[in-house]
Amino acid sequence: MITVVLVAAVKSVALVVMVLLGFAYATLLERRLLARFQLRYGPNRTGPFGLLQPFADGIKLIFKESFMPATADRLIYWLAPAISMVAALFVYAVIPIGPEIRFFGATVSLYIADVNVGILLVLGASSIGVYGVILGGWSSNNKYALLGCLRSSAQLISYELAIGLAVVSVVLTAGSLSLVDIVNAQQRLWFVALQPVGFLLFFIGALAETNRAPFDLPEAEQELIAGFHTEYGGFKFAMFYVGEYVGIITMSLLVTTLFLGGWHGPLLPGPHWVAVKTFAFMCLFIWIRATMPRVRHDQLMAFGWKVLVPLGLLNVVATAVIVALVGG
Amino acid sequence: MGTLAAFFILSAVTLIPAVVVVTSKNIVRSALALVPTFFGITGLYILLRAEFVAGIQVLIYAGAITVLILFVIMLTEGGTGIRIRQVNEQVPVGALASAVLAALLIWVFLRTPWPQGPGALPEYTAAQIGTTLLSSMVLVFEVTSLVLLISLIGAIIIARRER
Amino acid sequence: MALGLTHFLVVSALLFCLGLYGVLTRRNAVAILMGIELMLNAANINLVAFNKYVAPAALNGQVFTLVVITLAACEVGVGLALVMAAYRNLETVQVDRINMLKW
Repeated sequence: MITVVLVAAVKSVALVVMVLLGFAYATLLERRLLARFQLRYGPNRTGPFGLLQPFADGIKLIFKESFMPATADRLIYWLAPAISMVAALFVYAVIPIGPEIRFFGATVSLYIADVNVGILLVLGASSIGVYGVILGGWSSNNKYALLGCLRSSAQLISYELAIGLAVVSVVLTAGSLSLVDIVNAQQRLWFVALQPVGFLLFFIGALAETNRAPFDLPEAEQELIAGFHTEYGGFKFAMFYVGEYVGIITMSLLVTTLFLGGWHGPLLPGPHWVAVKTFAFMCLFIWIRATMPRVRHDQLMAFGWKVLVPLGLLNVVATAVIVALVGG
Repeated sequence: MGTLAAFFILSAVTLIPAVVVVTSKNIVRSALALVPTFFGITGLYILLRAEFVAGIQVLIYAGAITVLILFVIMLTEGGTGIRIRQVNEQVPVGALASAVLAALLIWVFLRTPWPQGPGALPEYTAAQIGTTLLSSMVLVFEVTSLVLLISLIGAIIIARRER
Repeated sequence: MALGLTHFLVVSALLFCLGLYGVLTRRNAVAILMGIELMLNAANINLVAFNKYVAPAALNGQVFTLVVITLAACEVGVGLALVMAAYRNLETVQVDRINMLKW
């Protein structure tokens, strides 16, 4: 009993440290890559190749003055960034990053929990992240923040549907709700080959779900200053930032798990493959941000409800028919 | 012993925010208090070994319904920042009626000798729930999907701005 | 004292009555909807608990809980649409001020 708890605790701490390091370097990766796309250098002064830049940023944000708008709803204003960060980190309890390995003579599985409804938990946690945005925008009592949070809640609810439908088709193909089983079902053929439409739906939904360009309307700088986190600064802003970038890592990891065979791949051991695939998707996120202009809000809603949702429903029906005919 | 402690903690997580939901003067806070209530209920479902229902509970109630409620509050009076009286003149009557009903229900629950059915819950319920939905409960399933469709159309027509 | 059916029934009774209190005393239509949600959840706890303790062989209780959750989603969708329509036409969501039969 004690060892089980201990192993789980050690794994959780290791994973949180890893994800937070990943977050720190995701910000650096984004700034450097974006600069390269725009023929600039990006931050390269702090440490070799600018590798210490995330820590400089972090130290600066922690030591900034912590201010609060006079008319803000105090409790909710403090709670919102914390919800945003915790919801983003919670997902890692069920995402597998590798099969079982031998470690100091003991067999250790590279996931914290193999829950038999794992994918439902992932979707649920990502929908809890919405509260950070909504409450942050409402509690700062600022019209730009409120507009940003209303836009974002409409956007997140709509695109969650597309993601959910894509996931349903994957679950139908794999025949299980457990993420470990879903990865194991892709041993021979990755689901991106069986579910190309689902993959596309999931990826577009993931862009919208993480508030990334071309769907970054909640924080459209030209119209809304900074959207829902206009009134946030210092460490509380950093927590929103963690939520956003950890969300990108999560979504990349989920695409890898659901569609690209997770840890399966030739030559390299499992966790390396997960890292490579996830990294590739994070670069894709940044590439898209550097390439695409932002869509209008009515275009966003029309695209979500008139294209993605019907397409997702059709895909689910088609998958169900094929699975029934082939016999699962 | 462990499950009993878990039950009492989860009940507290369910019921204390539920009190905030029905008594808070600030309607956004009372909508927000729905979230821990739903999470407590999710925990109770897991104690009852209904993992699939628990997952759906988080997804639909905590993830979608509460967000929708917050959204509408902000589009109506929450967004304007006006603070108005939230309760009507029925507070004493309502409190009395609820308390009497609660006492009556609990009295009945404690007195009734509940039968213990045969068999045990299956280990992995999601697949069997699907089978039940499409075999013995197929009529319920179809009617529910029809209601879902009708309410979808109805909500669009009601909420649409008249031109 | 082992964890039994009665524990869950008592929690659900308390939750139901809290919801009832909310429905009876609130003026804001959205707050009334929240009370109804609490009552539906109390019923769901009952269904799942009876499923586990009284008839564990069949999963009818859990299936019915899923049906109730679906219908609750429908109810919230239509209910909130009605609230929005009322707010647009009457500029209030306080139900004791929505007392005209036509406008």
